[in-house]
Parts: sequence; structure tokens; C-alpha cells
Amino acid sequence: MILKTVANVREALDGIEDEMTLMLGGFGLCGIPENAIAELVRRNVKGLTCISNNAGVDDFGLGLLLQKRQIRKMISSYVGENDEFERQMLSGELEVELTPQGTLAEKCRAAQAGIPAFFTPAGYGTEVAEGKETREFHGKMYVMERAYEADFAFVKAWKGDEAGNLIFRGTARNFNPCMCGAARITVAEVEELVPAGELPPNQIHVPGIFVKRIFQGSNYEKRIEQRTVRTK
Amino acid sequence: MLDKNGIAKRIAREVRDGYYVNLGIGIPTLVANFVRDDIQVEFQSENGVLGMGPFPFEGEEDADIINAGKQTITTLPGASFFDSALSFAMIRGQHVDLTILGAMEVADNGDIANWKIPGKMVKGMGGAMDLVASADNIIVAMMHTNKAGKSKLLKSCTLPLTGVQCVRKIVTNLAVMEVTKDGFLLLERAPGVSVDQIREATEGRLVIPDEVPEMPI
Repeated sequence: MILKTVANVREALDGIEDEMTLMLGGFGLCGIPENAIAELVRRNVKGLTCISNNAGVDDFGLGLLLQKRQIRKMISSYVGENDEFERQMLSGELEVELTPQGTLAEKCRAAQAGIPAFFTPAGYGTEVAEGKETREFHGKMYVMERAYEADFAFVKAWKGDEAGNLIFRGTARNFNPCMCGAARITVAEVEELVPAGELPPNQIHVPGIFVKRIFQGSNYEKRIEQRTVRTK
Repeated sequence: MLDKNGIAKRIAREVRDGYYVNLGIGIPTLVANFVRDDIQVEFQSENGVLGMGPFPFEGEEDADIINAGKQTITTLPGASFFDSALSFAMIRGQHVDLTILGAMEVADNGDIANWKIPGKMVKGMGGAMDLVASADNIIVAMMHTNKAGKSKLLKSCTLPLTGVQCVRKIVTNLAVMEVTKDGFLLLERAPGVSVDQIREATEGRLVIPDEVPEMPI
């Protein structure tokens, strides 16, 4: 067995530097790497390019990095829930690259799978396709999109073991599995870290080969963005 | 004339037994409330769930179980969770049978604009571009005119496009229309709405058959 455990979040972020490109899992505030984000804030690394479906809210998630102006560029599909984001974007402090959600996921997956580029129908005929190669297959037009290149991927899982195997829970899975192994170094934080052998091999969502470092996370807030209920 | 629930109710009639359906935010979300309960349908949410159920009861919300609108939801028997790449494999691979979404503008060739207004804060396209580029069967749910009273059914879209030549059917507060090579084919009128009213509110080419029945609601 190859051990992937590191002692804590500080060790997990060893090697992080200004100007790096990061992938961060999560959809809205669901399944985000809360501990890694807190450590990025503490280290105060600057000039980051962040690939993440959303940009958090003002006081949580990637909003915490925006508050301290640590992000130079955001690559996302939807960024609607954050006033500070809007202010920085409109003032030109923050560069934003909006990417269709499925394309964003596939650009991660392609990087993970060693595929440099792929063709997708999403965005054909729109401004997203401007400057990109297009091609017809079976009578339909497609846009060529390239795999991402990133330094670190930060993902969050429900359970993990010392070998780096991961299991996710509910829709907190989202972009996390696609980002594992898609960057030079993948760091997984988990709610529950167990010894190797305790997670059934049949139940593993992401095999440990895609994970470089794993640590037991703490103090998960797991904030709900839109609390919707029905009455009994 | 229909209200938002009326539009949702009419669209629900397009949902057939055995369909996997992706619902957009807004009026499309309401469609789930009106689907007949004697047919088998599964709702997909692109953040990674099939078999979405209603909102949870108070106190049973789970931060790990949300829809693409980031709302807390529940799952029904037969549900499954998956990652974002697999979710869009379902969408791009045309495994999802029906996509229902809102729009700011639709052109009479099926172009759709629903993600960006120049000069205003742009929030992003989310999964809309993937959905409209891939789905075989796209129904747009929207008001026939905007708040200023201008038609949203145009000769060509003025706003940045989300997708080209992809919309199949449109249900508005006034009418049901199908996109054909000759323009919007008027299929049904909303209760109490005349063909003239629809003609007046439609800027794009409108094909009016001899008989335009009232919607069965």
C-alpha cells in the first residue's frame, strides 16, 4: 500500500506559491474544500487563478479569498451569489473566464485522463466559441476545448483512507472526482479518514492513484446556500 | 392568459412516461408540481442527481443534497448521485429526454439567448449552453413579452446567444408554438387569448393555421 496521508492542512499545502493555478471542487457551497481554503487565506498566497464552478458567497468559500484579493482570475460557469466578486469584476481587478458547466467539468476530466483537447457542441455559435477551432462531425458543429493545466487540485470527500481512496456523499460529489489527478498535486480533505482496508473496494468513487495527499479535515461548516423546505 | 403556474401546467402535458427530464430555474422548476402521477418520470439536476424529489421537511435539510439552484432537496426511490463530468455525459450524450428552460429571447430559427445582458452584471451560463447544444427536445418556458412590453419572440436575437437553432417548442402566457423552417408555428392559444393578440406580441415570423385551438389545461 502506498501511504498518502499528511499530518494536517499545513503540510497538505506545502509547495503552494503566488501566481499558481488551482482547481477547487464544489458546487455552490456544497462539497467545497473548506480546510484548504482556510489555509490558502492563512498563507495569503496572491495572484491565484482558480478553476471552480462557482466563486462562493461574500463570507464563505472562495469569497474568503476574494475578500483578501488573493485571486487574479476566476474560471467558473456561474458566479451570481457574491457582491465582492461583482465589485472586483466590474472594477477590472478580477479577470473572469466564464465557461459552460459541462465544458468546465470535461476540461478537468480531460486533464485527469491525459486528453489534451476534445470537441463539444456547447457554445457553438456563441461568444464562447470565438477564436476556437470548430469542426463538423456527423452533420453537427462542435467547438474544440483544451484540457486545463493546474498546479494544485483541492477536493473534499466524505470518507477517505490512508491510500487516498475517496467516497463522496450526495451532490457534494459534483466536480471533486473530475479534479482528482487533473493537477500536478491533488490534495484531498475528508470528513472521516480511516485506515486502509476499512473502505470496501467496491464502494470507492476515486481510486487513491489520483490523490497525492490526504488529510483529516476539521470544523466543517457545510453551509446551506438556499434552505428550501416543505411543511408537513 | 396564463400565469407562471399555468405555463408550467401546460408544459407538464409534454412530459411523457419514461422520460428523464432536466428542469431549469424559474418557471421550469414549477413543472414538477404538475406532472401526472400515473407516469414514471425522473428529474435530473446537472449538479449530480437523478431522481430528485420534493423539498425536505423542515429539520430534514441536508447540506450535501441540493439541486442546481443550490436549494435543499430530497431524493426518490431509484435515485442516484454522480459527478459533474458524468452528469454532462448524460446531457451531451442525449440520454436526457427533455430539457425545459427559460429564455430572454428566442428567434424564429430556434436560436436562444438567456444568459447575458450587455452592460449588466453577467452571472454566467451555468449548464445552459451544454443543455441547449445537446438536447434533442428543448421546450422554452417564458412570458411572451418582456417587462417593457416588447416581444421576446424575434426574427433574430439581439442578446448574446446561448445556442443556435436548438429550441423545438415554446410555451408562453399567450400561446404554444413550434419552431419550424418557416418560423413559429402557432399550435394553441391560451384561454381567452385571440390569434390577433398573439400576432401583435410576436415580432418573429408567425405561421397561423386555419384552426388554432385553445390550450387544454
